[in-house]
Amino acid sequence: MDDLRKRARELLETSEVKVVIGYEQGTAGKTRALFVEKPEDTDKLIFDSRCVQNLAVYITKREVKDKGKMAIAATLPVMRSIIQLASEFQVNDNNLLVLGITPESKLVEFNSLTEVETFVHQYQIEIDARNKEMLDKLEKMTPSERWKFWTDELAPCFKCYACRAACPMCYCSRCTVDFNQPQWIPVPSHELGNLEWHIMRAIHLTGRCVDCDACYNACPLGIPLNLLTKKMVEEARANFGGYQPAIKGEHLMSTYKPDDKENFIQ
Amino acid sequence: MNIDKRLVSKDSLEKLFDILKQNSKTIYAPATKNGKVSFSEADSFSGIATDYIQTTQSSKDVDFPRTEKILDYTRNENGMSVKGIDLNDIPEIVLWGVRPCDAMGIGELSAIFNWDYKDEIYNNRLSRVTVFGFSCSKSDEYCFCTSVGGNPGNTTGSDILFTQLGEDGDYLAEVLTDKGSAVVSLASGLFEAATDIEKGKYLADVPVRFNREEISKKLEKSFESGLWIDQSLRCLGCGACAYVCPTCACFDIQDEAHGKSGSRVRCWDSCGFSLFTLHTSGHNPREVQSQRWRQRIMHKFSYMPDRLSVYGCTGCGRCSRACPADMNILEHLISIQEAVV
Repeated sequence: MDDLRKRARELLETSEVKVVIGYEQGTAGKTRALFVEKPEDTDKLIFDSRCVQNLAVYITKREVKDKGKMAIAATLPVMRSIIQLASEFQVNDNNLLVLGITPESKLVEFNSLTEVETFVHQYQIEIDARNKEMLDKLEKMTPSERWKFWTDELAPCFKCYACRAACPMCYCSRCTVDFNQPQWIPVPSHELGNLEWHIMRAIHLTGRCVDCDACYNACPLGIPLNLLTKKMVEEARANFGGYQPAIKGEHLMSTYKPDDKENFIQ
Repeated sequence: MNIDKRLVSKDSLEKLFDILKQNSKTIYAPATKNGKVSFSEADSFSGIATDYIQTTQSSKDVDFPRTEKILDYTRNENGMSVKGIDLNDIPEIVLWGVRPCDAMGIGELSAIFNWDYKDEIYNNRLSRVTVFGFSCSKSDEYCFCTSVGGNPGNTTGSDILFTQLGEDGDYLAEVLTDKGSAVVSLASGLFEAATDIEKGKYLADVPVRFNREEISKKLEKSFESGLWIDQSLRCLGCGACAYVCPTCACFDIQDEAHGKSGSRVRCWDSCGFSLFTLHTSGHNPREVQSQRWRQRIMHKFSYMPDRLSVYGCTGCGRCSRACPADMNILEHLISIQEAVV
């Protein structure tokens, strides 16, 4: 990815952006997020098939945003997340420049988020065969079999909220699960508390989830919680046509006003 | 002190399991689910996982459950009636397959739960747990027990420490406490005398990577250091590190109300969460992630040694393995040791 390093260096040298978000070599053979602020550090940027963390999660993080205009090395799921975030007024052309990485690992430059949107719309969100098979299997279960499947799978969940933290769409400053007056979701990680948490999360992501698997990859316990969001992607598609994030698109499951007087919508 | 050393043949371990079951012991042991190894109640010896470096979660769930009822209440015409949990209901548990770093963590957790108030629920749970430590013959690059006062064959915290004498070999059993001796007396035929076995050559080699006293000293002068921001920029602010940690003890108190009655429950909590320190006034003294990350390291390597004379880290490496953003604690500790402050 010499192209990416070169372009990142130019952007920092000319101060067009203040920080470039990309990947670097991590520990134990893993890759991880890198925030480059000095041109000479762009050599640390890498890109390969291990780079699957959804970096869009960082563009709403205060400490990153506060650095100034950001550029981000963005694979297809990251670009989809960015478009969804743009539609929710979280990013715009003034604070974000997208350095796209195509599914063929080629660098593609965009002058605006509208161009990113056009690029993203060339590709449908496709649920992979293994998970598709699992969803079909779940669909064929009786309600009591399905109940058992989910209570068993969710039983180990200890509510570390890594799924929420790794998800670019979970940027609320106060999550429903954190409200205590009134309390909507039981806090303890018992059967009901876990079930309600994961169902609530899947519902809040319906029509917003771009199926990037960041939640599943982040789960330290390997819980297949992405099956819930994948099911909602399928449902959204079946009932609302070919779902794609769009900057000025209709929102599938949510309506809101940017000027709402309640301060939890920001 | 002379340690009571015994030899347990490989085949006798299953017999030991069965004898414990016959004596109505609840056994918690490592088992594999979704490719992750964690402690759960073991029904059969064959279900116990053996091929793992470290369980994903520590064994603390047994003496400090992630969710634990502490009292029931009922509102009535006279006000409120409160009933604590019956400590006699706490089961006798054998914790089977604990790594020495986890066993050492029990002492650190106990130091927190007995700092000023003696937590009787925690202490009662622990008093009913018998710890079967299993020495490590393998380690990985996340392990650093030898940098924090432990080692792959450390006996601290175990009631009996088992060390397998080579692959497929028999086990050296070091019987370390009265609880351990009680197990031996239940199954004395399985524990043969073995005074001259040395376990050293069967243990994993875990190199020392840093000096924790030096780090502790550095931290005294590092509160305002820029390194916290550099280290934590990629931190996502979840609680995975705290929840897999054998020594993280923070909890939150929740009331689960059902009309006029309900239960008070304590639930794990984490200093990594943004709401952890949010005040009712709206002020948050740790409003950004770098302050929360600093708290995590300071607590384990400065505040705990200062106040409790124990460190809050046993070098198990779980937090690094579990982190979705590759916040590797060993890497960060080494960079703190190397930092100029």
